[in-house]
Amino acid sequence: MTITVLLNGAKRTDEVQADTTLFDYLRSHGCLSVKCGCETSNCGLCTVHLDGKPVLSCSVPALRADGHTITTLEGLQEEAAEFGAFLADEGAEQCGYCSPGFIMSVLAMAGELKNPTVEDIQAYLAGNLCRCSGYQGQLRAIQKYLQAKGGAKR
Amino acid sequence: MSVVSTGVRKKDAMSLVTGKPVYTGDMVPANALRIKLLRSPHARANIKSIDVSRALRVPGVVAVFTYEDMPQSRFTTAGQTWPEPSPYDRLILDRHLRCAGDPVAIIAGETEEDCFQAMKVIKVEYEVLEPLLDFTKALDNKILVHPEDNFKALCDVGTDAKRNLVSTDGFVVGDMEGELAKSDVVLERTYNTVANSQAMMEPFCTYTYLDEYGRLNVVSSTQVPFHVRRILSNALEIPKSQIRVVKPRIGGGFGAKQSVVSEIFPAIVTKLTGRPAFLTYTRQETFTNGSPRHQMQMKVRIGADRDGSIRAIDLYALSNAGAYGDHGPTTIGLVGHKSLALYGSLKASRFACDVVYTNTMGGGAYRGYGATQGIYAVESAVNEMAAELGMDPCAIREKNMVRQGQLMPAYYGEPCNSCTLDQCMEKAKDMMGWEKKPQSWTLPNGHIRGRGVAMAMQGSGISSIDIASAEIRMNDGGFYTLLLGCSDMGTGCDTILAQMAADCLDCGMDDIAVRGVDTDQSPYDTGSYASSTTYVTGGAVVKACAELREKICAAGAKLLGVEADQVDFDGQKVFCPANGRAVTRAEIGWASFEGHNQYLSACQSHSSPISPPPFMVGMAEVDVDPDTGVVSVVDYVGAVDCGTVVNTNLARVQTEGGIVQGIGMALLERVQYDERGKLLNDSFLQYKIPTRAEAGTIRVDFVPSFEPTGPFGAKSIGELVINTPAPAITEAVRAATGHMFRSLPITPEDVAMAIVNDTRD
Repeated sequence: MTITVLLNGAKRTDEVQADTTLFDYLRSHGCLSVKCGCETSNCGLCTVHLDGKPVLSCSVPALRADGHTITTLEGLQEEAAEFGAFLADEGAEQCGYCSPGFIMSVLAMAGELKNPTVEDIQAYLAGNLCRCSGYQGQLRAIQKYLQAKGGAKR
Repeated sequence: MSVVSTGVRKKDAMSLVTGKPVYTGDMVPANALRIKLLRSPHARANIKSIDVSRALRVPGVVAVFTYEDMPQSRFTTAGQTWPEPSPYDRLILDRHLRCAGDPVAIIAGETEEDCFQAMKVIKVEYEVLEPLLDFTKALDNKILVHPEDNFKALCDVGTDAKRNLVSTDGFVVGDMEGELAKSDVVLERTYNTVANSQAMMEPFCTYTYLDEYGRLNVVSSTQVPFHVRRILSNALEIPKSQIRVVKPRIGGGFGAKQSVVSEIFPAIVTKLTGRPAFLTYTRQETFTNGSPRHQMQMKVRIGADRDGSIRAIDLYALSNAGAYGDHGPTTIGLVGHKSLALYGSLKASRFACDVVYTNTMGGGAYRGYGATQGIYAVESAVNEMAAELGMDPCAIREKNMVRQGQLMPAYYGEPCNSCTLDQCMEKAKDMMGWEKKPQSWTLPNGHIRGRGVAMAMQGSGISSIDIASAEIRMNDGGFYTLLLGCSDMGTGCDTILAQMAADCLDCGMDDIAVRGVDTDQSPYDTGSYASSTTYVTGGAVVKACAELREKICAAGAKLLGVEADQVDFDGQKVFCPANGRAVTRAEIGWASFEGHNQYLSACQSHSSPISPPPFMVGMAEVDVDPDTGVVSVVDYVGAVDCGTVVNTNLARVQTEGGIVQGIGMALLERVQYDERGKLLNDSFLQYKIPTRAEAGTIRVDFVPSFEPTGPFGAKSIGELVINTPAPAITEAVRAATGHMFRSLPITPEDVAMAIVNDTRD
């Protein structure tokens, strides 16, 4: 089956199988930032944007993306570096394996929530697991980033 | 300007946060064979027959290997210095299957789908045997987990496979029975911990290929590249000289990757087929056949006087090695050495232990490495003693804790050279406002709050065994390259070791290029485990930099035409105070490459006869919902003495992360089997690790001591920080509910049923 997608700003048409996941499609087309931490949509590592909204690419059939816009961290390098600098300044990226999916969720949240509270942030990102950081440094980074962007409650 | 004790960014941070392809799975050659393992559905069985002929006819399938195709030398997958204390009890594939998920066949195909198709048509006839699952009944059980004749123990750790005994050990200090007899109060308690999975975000994964010299190249997510080289040599029966191991960035380890879990399968496929090969464990396999923390049962006898003086602690630990003895004989020692030594007041301490085989998944190394279990038991017993004596749990510790300047008889007789545990207690009490509130109180909504405390220690490397080497070179133009053999697994050791080098050589972080592990090029290092990198590898870095500094001075002096003892080096230039002349670092760098034949480089190794313990106090405030039994950690405070804090940010995040893993151990995480020995919780749906909702608020501060034997006064941080939550939270729940829960994890069901039974009485 053929799908046509706008992947990180470039229109492309590809053959996929009915059971190809969006995750496998993206990894096999060079989007290596997208990571797999489970196969049961519980870890958040494979988060990408489908029409600007965060989805778990391991549980979206590639066919569902036909005619839609997909964005991975490869397509948001400037934004990733901007928020990532705050994360790096906390040392909270640690092993970094969950960072791409986590950052995709943070960027979606920053666009979606106005002046989020700590509880809003924790709830929005609850699906993004991290085993290294204990989440505290991630929270500090998010708060500083949102503050720098001009809109976060402390 | 000094960079040690600042929070500089990790050198690899920006590549990680922008999602660059720097992990094993991102670099697999396009033509690599995919590998899948057919795994045993039975916890104990023999393969009666196995037929792979149909599987081999599946298009795309290149090879299917069974036990008949494998080398017959037994080996251990534990990443330890040779001769390993862990018994040689494994084959790559064995006819005798000892736990559910043991590999039965290795399938190599062009795609994963080809492998799955082949897996479906492999015909195996099993002789299914009754499994031995209860580790408390394993010793001298009629079921033998390792009946084979070629079983081998390299070290004298008391191994007796004919009794299911992996190892036995112990020590006695003082007159235990006499001191217990003299004690006003003696408590005898049993505590139980379960196996826990490290649950690092990147599963086990490895790819292999033959290079232009025909040597086996192994690119793997490992904490122990040099041990991987030796273990593959053992398992594949090829010389070490024919193997090269490269470690890219690692997506977390926590000890899981101190065992050779995924490496062997692609390696044997590449050896037998000549093709590149790639294996990544699924999350399910990472859970079912990983290298989890050992399940333990610990019996504690503790004796104290009415005034709170603890006289004696007697500890017995039984450890479940599972089907294979990886890290079994070594984790168990820490249960005693790194718990009893917390109490400097003890007139007697005794430790005894047995490690036994069962038909559950083989255990491994998990952050804390036995100390976590031992500290949970001993700290819980001390908390129970405080309650029994009507004493504040902080006060009983202040009266008995180990202090700087004491000898630690239970800790290999080592001196306590650096210790601010007493100040950590003060700091933690202050941060928590311990004295401003009672230990428990009820909120208007009916929830109960409780508070608890625990202390912890760990080591800094393995004394006289761990060895680290570092090489530092001055390059043309005067910048440096730091070559390391230790594995940065996300903790940031590449960065903190560069911080040390920068201070030793009075230069900036950008003047130092760091290169991590390639066994062909990096100097030898036992690996990143036992909290060793800062202390042991740091020691090697400091030595190597000192030697290079001398060489720079000598080279500069020669260029200036004076003797070496007439010059000094300020990081930018070698100068002669007597005549005011100077030559820059860049000039020395160029000169050393241009016709002078004196390329400046220094390589030093370091090993330490002692393993100075870092210390910590942890305090938990929990909220208990009496209707549901749900326990939430609302506040956790950690005060840490890791010696000099080399990187303030990374040490903080290590501590926060360790505490949250400890919260998981206390309240959520439990490896569970069904009655046939099949793992029940093999996904993040069933094996719950803390999300950011469960982590609560964690506050960390440091009270640095100065360790005289450590680089810049540093000790270690990585493992210590997982040790306080289990006993501190257990105590907080006891304070809140009046019930002491002596088995982990403390589940809502346990708490709710205890409260329901109270109201029934």
